[in-house]
Amino acid sequence: MSFPWANQYAPTTEFGRWMDEKLPVPRLVYNSLGAGYPTPRNLNYMWNFGSLAGIFLVVQIVTGIILAMHYAANANIAFDSVEHIMRDVNSGWMIRYAHANGASFFFIAIYLHIGRGLFYGSYKAPREMIWLLGVVIYLLAMATAFMGYVLPWGQMSFWGAKVITGLFEAIPLVGKPIQELLLGGFAPDNAALNRFFSLHYLLPFVIAGVIILHIWALHIPGSNNPTGVDVKGPQDTVPFHPYYTAKDGWTLGVALIFFTMVMFFLPNALGHADNYIPANPLSTPAHIVPEWYFWPWYAILRAFTVDFLFIPAKLLGVLAMFSAILVWFFLPWLDRSPVRSGMFRPKFKIFFGILVIDVLVLGYCGGAPAEEPFVMISQFAGAYYFAHFLIILPLLSRLEKPEPLPNSITESVTGQPLKTAS
Amino acid sequence: MVRIIGILIGLFFSGWLLVSFGMGAVAYISNPPAESVEKEFHKEPKEVSYSSDGPLGKFDRQQLQRGFQVYKEVCSACHSLRLVAFRNLEDIGYNEDEVKAIAANWSIGVPDADPNTGEMTTRPGLPADKFPKPFANDIAARAANNNAIPPDLSLITKAREGGAPYIYSLLTGYTNPPANLPEANQPGPGLHYNPYFANLNLAMAPPLAAEDQVSYSDGTKASVDQMAKDVSAFLIWTAEPKLEARHQAGWAVLAFLLIATILAYLSYRTIWADVKAEKKQKAA
Repeated sequence: MSFPWANQYAPTTEFGRWMDEKLPVPRLVYNSLGAGYPTPRNLNYMWNFGSLAGIFLVVQIVTGIILAMHYAANANIAFDSVEHIMRDVNSGWMIRYAHANGASFFFIAIYLHIGRGLFYGSYKAPREMIWLLGVVIYLLAMATAFMGYVLPWGQMSFWGAKVITGLFEAIPLVGKPIQELLLGGFAPDNAALNRFFSLHYLLPFVIAGVIILHIWALHIPGSNNPTGVDVKGPQDTVPFHPYYTAKDGWTLGVALIFFTMVMFFLPNALGHADNYIPANPLSTPAHIVPEWYFWPWYAILRAFTVDFLFIPAKLLGVLAMFSAILVWFFLPWLDRSPVRSGMFRPKFKIFFGILVIDVLVLGYCGGAPAEEPFVMISQFAGAYYFAHFLIILPLLSRLEKPEPLPNSITESVTGQPLKTAS
Repeated sequence: MVRIIGILIGLFFSGWLLVSFGMGAVAYISNPPAESVEKEFHKEPKEVSYSSDGPLGKFDRQQLQRGFQVYKEVCSACHSLRLVAFRNLEDIGYNEDEVKAIAANWSIGVPDADPNTGEMTTRPGLPADKFPKPFANDIAARAANNNAIPPDLSLITKAREGGAPYIYSLLTGYTNPPANLPEANQPGPGLHYNPYFANLNLAMAPPLAAEDQVSYSDGTKASVDQMAKDVSAFLIWTAEPKLEARHQAGWAVLAFLLIATILAYLSYRTIWADVKAEKKQKAA
């Protein structure tokens, strides 16, 4: 994107001019993350989590590459090779705990980033493509995290792999062959572990590629902002660098402080004790629970307990679980309210608040054992989840009367009307 | 069109979840699930503190050595410690010669090939060896222990909910079954009642049964409670030998990040000063 007032890249050295002619990489960086990207001046702290998620992805890739130098993807020695990293590799414990907890922090950042998009209408025209690519990134991240959790080959790794690939079994006719293809056999074993390791190494780079598209798509319309009002003049924006690099920079410090506290002082708090027991196909853990970031979807999966005509409850659960995320792909066309920001939508604000609580409740139930009252609570909360996206949002766009929007970003910040140059 | 299909799908999923909810609620009210006996009698681990607890925690090496003595003289008869090597004992305060002696005098030899004949035999342990296992394989372990495999103890405090306090509670928690325990949950032959164990009865006989079962060289009174505390502290170390390095590194990283974040915040304030000043005019 280039607003007419965007700073233009001007190489100052001989080498800079030579490089700009041959391969204008500095120009690309300048225009995408540097002073050449005019950004709304009123972004609040909810806009910091995109870059934060990107940084945690880099943390995962760097620590992951080092772990792969010492890890052995073989069902007989995978568990012990992880313990070798923890005990005998220099600072191996630090790299592994950073990687294991880094995944959680990546998802914390990505969930807040998605929540911000949902509240401020960042999925609406002209930014639909950014949103769609974001959903793709989220799906890839879930697949990567799931396969990563299998690699230590502990009890939860093994039984998690069995349960999740077992979901495909519910699909009629092709389900069983799909499951066998995913596992490379009839149950998780060496073949499954090897292909999961291979894909776990590959997918983060695919994610990085989709992130490039995500940012590219962002630079065509430019960033949304808390008012949801379009940028109208130079006064509405500040150059990304140094303004937002400085803002992202200091909040990165805050995020890393939280990360440090968890990683060094509570490194196993987000994990599961059973995963320190080597995988044993003959002994099923009492409660098979995925990592916390999957809990809301796991609750929806388990909420379906009654067959519908000829469709078994398990298949319904699988369909609903995938639909719960796939529905995000249709969000730009489900919510037709012309107002982007939830700040100016009095009723949407309330329903959004309920949705946030609803997802937290689903998450809690997904982590709890599959018994009453948690199943009933997740049935009720799951019903609201689908109703929110598929019934409430489409109707709300017709029925709701939004509050008046500010004339411009500048006016909402300073109270002074925007001075147009012309 | 998208919205009509969407609303139909939404009505289906939400509606069917509400139907399931209704049926579940009816079943719940007409036939409330009884609390299981395991839940009724099961106890949460006791409160017990260790010097390694908390972000400033450090190991008490005297205690770890006492705990090692309990492992050596009691637990090692049945439980392996396969991820820990004799050389690791230097971390808990034994010197090189002591470690050599401990390895060489260990009650079981290390399986190895005879250097002359090539036949499998055992030899005395070396500091580089991992602790040898008490049973040749799982079948032998089962046969000797009432069909239950004694779990490896290397990671046990991380591999059980409740951690070291759970191990301590289990070791000190053996009692006679309460009078109101249903017949089905009474300990069968070879089983022992322990309310800290998930299904209440376990195959391990009370391992720390009498005072002074171990005679501590540092003069500490070897009560059952003391031995249980010491061996569970030792097992914290076997599961997390780098705990002290982790705590130290954590504080160093925090100190660095705190300074870096304050500096980054100050530069943020400086950079944004002009934009913020414009905003202040509004308030004035």
